[in-house]
Amino acid sequence: MKVLLYGYGNPGRQDDGLGNKFINRMQKWVNKEGLEGFEFDSNYQLNIEDADAISDKDLVIFIDASKEDIQDFCISKVTESSKMSFTTHSASPGYILDLCKKLYDKSPVTLLLHIKGYEWNFKEELTKKAEENLEKAINYFKEKLINPISLIQFEIPEF
Amino acid sequence: MTKKITIEPVTRVEGHGKVTIHLDDNGNVVQSRLHIVEFRGFERFVQGRPYWEAPVLVQRLCGICPVSHHLAAAKAMDVIVGAGTGDGLTPTGEKMRRLMHYGQIFQSHALHFFHLASPDLLFGIDADPAIRNIIGVAMKFKDIAVQGVMMRKFGQEIIEVTAGKKIHGTGAIPGGINKNLSIEERNRFLYGPDPMNIDKMISWSLDAVNFFKDYHKKHRELIDTFAAFPSSHLSLVRKDGAMDLYDGVIRAVDAEGKKILHDVDPQDYLKYIAEEVRNWSYMKFPYLIEYGKKDGWYRVGPLARLNTADFIPSPLAQKEFEEFKAYTNGKPNNMSMHMHWARLIETLHAAEMMKELLNDPDLQKDDLVVKGTRVNEGVGMLEAPRGTLFHHYRINENDQITMANLIVSTTNNNEPMNIAVRCVADSMIAGQKEITEGMLNAVEVAIRAYDPCLSCATHALGKMPLEVSLYDSKNNLIDKKRT
Repeated sequence: MKVLLYGYGNPGRQDDGLGNKFINRMQKWVNKEGLEGFEFDSNYQLNIEDADAISDKDLVIFIDASKEDIQDFCISKVTESSKMSFTTHSASPGYILDLCKKLYDKSPVTLLLHIKGYEWNFKEELTKKAEENLEKAINYFKEKLINPISLIQFEIPEF
Repeated sequence: MTKKITIEPVTRVEGHGKVTIHLDDNGNVVQSRLHIVEFRGFERFVQGRPYWEAPVLVQRLCGICPVSHHLAAAKAMDVIVGAGTGDGLTPTGEKMRRLMHYGQIFQSHALHFFHLASPDLLFGIDADPAIRNIIGVAMKFKDIAVQGVMMRKFGQEIIEVTAGKKIHGTGAIPGGINKNLSIEERNRFLYGPDPMNIDKMISWSLDAVNFFKDYHKKHRELIDTFAAFPSSHLSLVRKDGAMDLYDGVIRAVDAEGKKILHDVDPQDYLKYIAEEVRNWSYMKFPYLIEYGKKDGWYRVGPLARLNTADFIPSPLAQKEFEEFKAYTNGKPNNMSMHMHWARLIETLHAAEMMKELLNDPDLQKDDLVVKGTRVNEGVGMLEAPRGTLFHHYRINENDQITMANLIVSTTNNNEPMNIAVRCVADSMIAGQKEITEGMLNAVEVAIRAYDPCLSCATHALGKMPLEVSLYDSKNNLIDKKRT
């Protein structure tokens, strides 16, 4: 089973770097545990070549900082969406999944991990509350990644 | 009373922008403007930071062209650490940076053409927006869409191995580079499995140029007349007049091809170029001092670069350059939609240059950094994908940055983009009883030709968030909105 974890955001804009931090931490943990079948990536934002990157995966988990009204983190299922953003700075996971389907006729199970952020200024560090949310999300996924099949059969949990 | 049409935001350009078009009771355009709404404040942000941090810090300006800012800042810091400009670096240092830069040009141009521009060309400006996008291209012209994806991926991977990583790359440092290119890395790009090798990228780049030329033959009137207007053009060129996207002297020509800025040293740019602030836009308006605010504006970017350069130093691109120049009998090309043609010739040039560099054994050497006598001021310039990019810094005795002035490519194109909008508004919207979606998209097409990166370009300080005000023909305010 091939799994891609992909965090995106600008780590130079405080909590916008939550996705990238998640990848750094989780990659170290997966390597330490010797788990196989995982790939990790991170970038400022999603872009069209990511359709190629997800095309040979069974499961894709995008990780992004969230301004939504959520407690700490949540997970949603990504569905194909042909709706374009007005800027290439913000291609959505649904758009990438749709492009993957159209170009490669592949449609991996795709989830989006939203981690709540609070501040977005020109700083490298996460806020304390965002760090706490990151910690909770990492702990949740440590359990899940031991058996990633459970994520393919994923049903939105209650948080 | 005037009517106002607002297109907000401008779709498929980097960042945020807004266009307003004012019509009178008879449907005539009385005013059109491209407004810039995003505020960044980077020049102040870097003040007080150690100078060696600048090449990494400034990448935060933009997620699409961070490499251009990274390298322009590094070039300015080369001057500050006494390494000089251009060929002052070691061969490995300079060539690694050039490879990084050509990777950036290649991926950015590919993204622009296939992702932003091709839907307009393939489906038509007035096509249904539901299909006039890259998903529509993917469904109807799958091979073209796949090429766009893979070309961008190839350029991104070149950046990754030269800058060290995709985000906040650290490859360029004051006085040089912090890594060379291993044989394994080199071979991956030279001999990788199809399509991820440089020969395929060159082949596809040539296909893209031919695609445009074929389209041009079939749609000559549109491509030649759409938002066309005479202007001056400015770019860096190599000292012998060759196109050089990484380093050189500043040259400008007028609409007839007469040199109006004679190959001047980038360190002296302030003697020749100034910036005007207008009260309705966050983005400044640069101009050549000798010609004044009214007449001194100029275009930058692919079209300008092909107009200022005497030749392109790579064989396939040079052949295309000759055809491009012949189309206007050697005179500057002032047709905005030919920006796409120029951009694709540059894409081909970037691919050829990457191959030349990948075959250069200097990239495996270990002499990476030079230093000299430190000074307190430096200017770094290069040709970013969208045009000429200026980075200018002063530092104090504690190595802290005390002044930064950035003139980004899109700022250089501010006046031309506004003129392009006016051209389209006058020709396609004036006098019409009904404003169709196709007409409105035409305005956006004119802007997209310049590939503006609006989030990079806004850095004037001391302004409040933009308000949109609507006045009637008697100057009565009839509406006001905050963005």
